[in-house]
Amino acid sequence: MVSSFKKALDSGKFIVTCEVAPPKGTNLEKTIHHIEMLKDKVDAMNLTDHQSSVMRFPSLGAALLVKELGGEPILQMTCRDRNRLALQADLLFASSRGIRNVLCLTGDSVILGDHKQAKSVFDLDSSQLVATIRTMEKGKDLGGSDLDGGVSFCAGAIVTPGADPLEPQLIKFEKKIEAGAEFIQTQAVYDLDKLKNFMEYAGQFPAKILAGIILLTSAPMARFMNKNIAGVNVPQYLIDEMASAPKGGALKKGIEIAGRMIKKIHDEKICDGVHIMAIGKEELVPGIMAEAGLV
Amino acid sequence: MIRSITQQKPLEEIDELLKGLGRVFLIGCGTCTTLTHTGGEPELSTMRENLTGVGKLVTGQVVVPVACDNLTGEIIKDYGGQIDQANVLLVMSCAFGVQTIASQLKKMVVPALNTMFIGKETGMGRFNEICTQCGTCIIGETGGICPVTSCHKGLVNGPCGGTDKGKCEIDSNRDCAWTLIYNRMKELGRLDSIKKFQKPRNHHGEPMPGRVDLTEKTQEATAK
Repeated sequence: MVSSFKKALDSGKFIVTCEVAPPKGTNLEKTIHHIEMLKDKVDAMNLTDHQSSVMRFPSLGAALLVKELGGEPILQMTCRDRNRLALQADLLFASSRGIRNVLCLTGDSVILGDHKQAKSVFDLDSSQLVATIRTMEKGKDLGGSDLDGGVSFCAGAIVTPGADPLEPQLIKFEKKIEAGAEFIQTQAVYDLDKLKNFMEYAGQFPAKILAGIILLTSAPMARFMNKNIAGVNVPQYLIDEMASAPKGGALKKGIEIAGRMIKKIHDEKICDGVHIMAIGKEELVPGIMAEAGLV
Repeated sequence: MIRSITQQKPLEEIDELLKGLGRVFLIGCGTCTTLTHTGGEPELSTMRENLTGVGKLVTGQVVVPVACDNLTGEIIKDYGGQIDQANVLLVMSCAFGVQTIASQLKKMVVPALNTMFIGKETGMGRFNEICTQCGTCIIGETGGICPVTSCHKGLVNGPCGGTDKGKCEIDSNRDCAWTLIYNRMKELGRLDSIKKFQKPRNHHGEPMPGRVDLTEKTQEATAK
C-alpha cells in the first residue's frame, strides 16, 4: 500500500513535514500532544532516532504511536546503532505495522552524545540503507535469502547544500538517489539564493527536495549554529533581525522569519516542499505555517 | 615504518592494578615505546620514582630491544634474580610486548600503557592510524587513502553530513577522510572511481582473531 506521504509527493503539491522528538523516558505526554496537534496539519512527521546520539525512546516506537494516533510517520533510521541484521529486522517490523516512510541517515558520532563510550556500528551507510530497502522490496534480504512477506517503503535521505566542501557531499547525494531515494530533506538553509543555486543542480534528479527550515529562537542561537553545526550558515542580516526583536519577542521574530522563508520557497517554487525543525518547540509549527500562509 | 602507538595509563589505574603487589620489576621497550616516549629509559626512571613514592619496592628494570620479539624471554633471563624477587612485572611496552613477555615468563604481568593503534609517524612526534588491517582493502579505488580507517565512521560511499571545512565532526583537528580522498582523486583526474556505489562491506575478511599459518599451505602442497 502506498503511503499518504508518497501520494502527496507524487501529487505535486507543496509538501510540509516536521519533526517530533521521542522523550527521554517513557512519559509520552508531550510527544502525544505534539503528534495530535500536528497530524492533520502536515503531510508527515519525522520521528528522530537518538538525535545527536542522545539515547531516547526509539523512533520506531514513536512512529508506531503516530500511526496509532492517525498521523503519517517518517521513520528516521540511522546506521550508528544497528548492524544490517537489526536494521532489516526493524524494517520488517515497521512494514508489518503500516509504517511506510523511512528516512535513511548515517547518524551522528556516538562521541557527540550522552553515551560516549558506546560502540558505534556503521555496518551500513545511508546510501546502502536506501539500497537495502529496495532490495527487501524485491523480496530478498541482504544475505540473499527470500523474505516470507515483503515490504514497501517510500525511502528518503538527506543532503547538506551548504557543506564545505560541497562536491564530496554531492557525490554521496547522487549515490543516495541512484540507490533509490524518493525524497531528500536538506540540512537547514537560510540563504535562499544559495538554495536556488543548489536546486538548479538538484532539481535535475528524480527525487523530491524538501528544504530544511530550523526555527531561529534567538540571535545567540543563530550564532551558535553557525559555529557548531556543519553546513549551517545563518546570514548576518538574519542574525541582526533576530537581535532587533524587542525583549521577549525573539521567538515571534523567529517564527516570522521561518514563515517568510517558507512562503518564498512556496511562491517561487524553489523546492518541492519544506521540512520544519522546531527543535523541541513543535507546538510552534502551526504558527510558522500560518505565517507562511499555508493554513 | 609502522609503530605501535601507546599512552600511559593514569597512575591511579596502575596503582589499582598493582594493589597488594609490593615488589615490582619494570620492563620497557627499545623500539616503539622508546620512540613515543612512553616506555624508554627516562619513562622507566620516572615510573620507578612514582612506584617508590607509593611504597613499592622496585627490584630492577630493563629496556629490552624489541619487547614483541620472541628473543625477549632469553634477554630477560639475565635478570632472573631480580625478577624472582618481584611479584609482578610492570611492562611499559605495547600489548604485543606485554603478551610476548606473559607467554614466556611464568609471572604476573601488568601493562602500564594502553595500546592505542598501529600507526605511522607522519611528522616529528606525530602519529596517525592509517590502516586497521580489515582484510578487505579498498584503497585501490580511493586514491590510496583508507576511508575504513581514516573516516571516523568508516564510511565507504562518501562523507557524512557532519564534516565541515574539511574536518571531522568529532574533532576540528582531524581531517575528513572524504575531503582528502576527493582532493586526491580530483588531482588524479579519477573522480569516477569514488562515484561508484560501494556495496556493504564484508566485516569478516579475516574473522577476529586473525590467524594465518603458512606451514598449513606448505603441508597441503606436499600432500598433493
